[in-house]
Amino acid sequence: MADVQAPVLGEYQVIPHIQPDAMAGSKPYVAKPDHNKPLGFPGELVENWEQKAVAKLGELVNNSRALQVFLDSCVKCGACTDKCHYYLGTSDPKNMPVARQDLLRSVYRRYYTLPGKLFPSLVGARDMTKEVLDEWYSYFHQCSQCRRCSVFCPYGIDTAEISMAAREIMDSVGQGQKYCNEILAKVHRIGNNLGLPGPALEDTLLGLEEDVKEETGIDVKYPVDVKGADVLLVTPSADFFAEPHIDGLIGYGKVFHAAGISWTLSSHASEAGNFGMFVGSSENLHKVAKRIREAALDLGVKRIVVGECGHAWRVAYSFWNTLIGPFDFLDRRYPVPQHICEFTYDLIQQGALKFDKSANDDKVVTFHDSCNVARASRMGSMPGGQFIIPRAVVKASVNKFVDMAPETIFESTYCCGGGGGVLTDELIDLRVKGTQPRMLALRDVVESHGVTHVAAICAICKAQFSKVLPYYKFPMDMIQSVHGLVSKAIQLGPVNQ
Amino acid sequence: MSAMSIIYALLFYVATFIFVAGVGYKIYVFARTPQPLKIPTTPAPITYTGVALRMVREVTLFESLFKSNKWTWLFGWIFHLSLLLAFIRHLRYVLTPDNVLWPIINLELVQTAGKYAGYAMLLGLAGLLARRFVVDRVRYISSPSDYLMLLLLLTIAGSGLLMTFVSHVDIIALKGFVLGLLLFEWQLLPASPFLLIHLTLVALLMIIFPFSKLLHAPGVFFSPTRNQRDNPREQRHVAGWSAQIDNTKSADAG
Repeated sequence: MADVQAPVLGEYQVIPHIQPDAMAGSKPYVAKPDHNKPLGFPGELVENWEQKAVAKLGELVNNSRALQVFLDSCVKCGACTDKCHYYLGTSDPKNMPVARQDLLRSVYRRYYTLPGKLFPSLVGARDMTKEVLDEWYSYFHQCSQCRRCSVFCPYGIDTAEISMAAREIMDSVGQGQKYCNEILAKVHRIGNNLGLPGPALEDTLLGLEEDVKEETGIDVKYPVDVKGADVLLVTPSADFFAEPHIDGLIGYGKVFHAAGISWTLSSHASEAGNFGMFVGSSENLHKVAKRIREAALDLGVKRIVVGECGHAWRVAYSFWNTLIGPFDFLDRRYPVPQHICEFTYDLIQQGALKFDKSANDDKVVTFHDSCNVARASRMGSMPGGQFIIPRAVVKASVNKFVDMAPETIFESTYCCGGGGGVLTDELIDLRVKGTQPRMLALRDVVESHGVTHVAAICAICKAQFSKVLPYYKFPMDMIQSVHGLVSKAIQLGPVNQ
Repeated sequence: MSAMSIIYALLFYVATFIFVAGVGYKIYVFARTPQPLKIPTTPAPITYTGVALRMVREVTLFESLFKSNKWTWLFGWIFHLSLLLAFIRHLRYVLTPDNVLWPIINLELVQTAGKYAGYAMLLGLAGLLARRFVVDRVRYISSPSDYLMLLLLLTIAGSGLLMTFVSHVDIIALKGFVLGLLLFEWQLLPASPFLLIHLTLVALLMIIFPFSKLLHAPGVFFSPTRNQRDNPREQRHVAGWSAQIDNTKSADAG
């Protein structure tokens, strides 16, 4: 991958001219039978896959109003064509949201609409062929399901829904993606994306307790499987080992400690992430989420709090009540589930936490809105709380905060380039190019305001930033966990009664 | 009764049937298809009132398109608004003076606005067509049907304008023909080449409506990213496959 070149950052964001097939060679490794079978998918490409794929498409359309409406309603106005970070970064026209949708819409039109059956070339309808399948495999794995296009579409067409459907169809005929399916199999078997077994998790957490004791002189606990704790914390498993994720986990523990609220992790549900969403599989989405309900009931907790993870927060906030609710066994005075930023923010509002912001005076911080948090969830009681609350937590922890350009944050935020199941080494070229709009906005505040760090609340964003920042001549440790900043500034000790 | 009148009468019955049945069926399909998960594009309204306001802004001001691309918004909005004005003007052919709407339709302002809206419609459509040729990204995503749809609308608007400003038709007779269709007492259709072109293409538009991207008109109201409330924590949402979920059994096992 040494030949991967980062795009040159210009003065401002340009909309490139199209370069057809610029990214035609980009595709992830295909899943092996061992990855597919535990998820209930055929091991490899099945016989008669063409008919089966078309039949599956029909079944999905019949069971999803979103898919039905989105496939029928696009007028090809072009409003979305310059909104995808992968198009801006690669110039490949199939990375324009409408063109990506059309890879699937063309097949839908051919088999499920009258004009497509009668006059396919007139309306851009295509037979389901190997070439089409290969295009699907390549370009539906160049979508991070970030929903930026859906903000700008006059009909709210969300390419994420289309790419989830395409991936589900491919899985159903045995053409799965190795990265996602291997990880899903690990969650089903062990309980987290890393495949970290219970004893290893306990070791890791004991190690953390020692580190924090050494740093602060205070016994902050990182408990696991404690029955009767008030709060079950469900966090992405990257928080257990990766940098800067682990600083966030340390921060959560300090917040719980300072607030005097008992909490626990669960070795059964040691993963907030849910790649079932990325591959569009409702069965896997449900099955992965179910571990959390089981853990909450088993441990007898009153509340569930979710750690810093973008797509996990979408699944938790938007889907958990549907998938694993009702939550009548939890304390309904608190939102179920609650984001760790909401949790910390509420304590800040109550004056229950003390901060020494000067601990972060070596930093000028900006905040990267993660796409699934920004465009597919909420925090707090007001629409837009998902933008305000994490910033408030950052600002409580640092003195110097600067936002990036308005057209690149909030609901218009650019994806980090690694979301939606593309955070795998063989797609590094795509990831480096796809992060170009975000890097440009970051470079601007680095140059104009001396920004030194960018904080995020998503495990994938953090891993992706660590990897791609150096391609743009930024230090990899520029990326921070929001609760890593909290961890630095929070004052422990007598505050906690 | 001329053969031409009979052909056009039949054409309009057929076109109306296909339009009403086709769009009605499609609306039924949109309404019947479940949306198993909550997927509003956030920040989204929390209340029904908020959703209604979001939808009104979307279909009257094209709010999302305005955020997206000012040229497309401008041409698209001009076209749709002038289409609406022209449509209202055309109601004079189907309404009789005893109708409650007649005093409004018959207003000088309404008729004049509808008359000159034809030019605005041409402008809007020409702008949209130009984008398909000029902007490489839009050219890439355009199928033959996308160009033909604009040409169809341009020709409808152009033939209408020609009748208004150049070669007048006998609109009294035309109204007789239209009312005759409604009352099943067929009348003669005035012979005018522009009128025949105009009516043929309008009938064609009605026929292709339920099978084409024109379904965006009913579709936008059913779009889950726009019409769902953002309240998944407060109210458990289930539909379709998600309504089959019963966690009480699995919970006991856990």
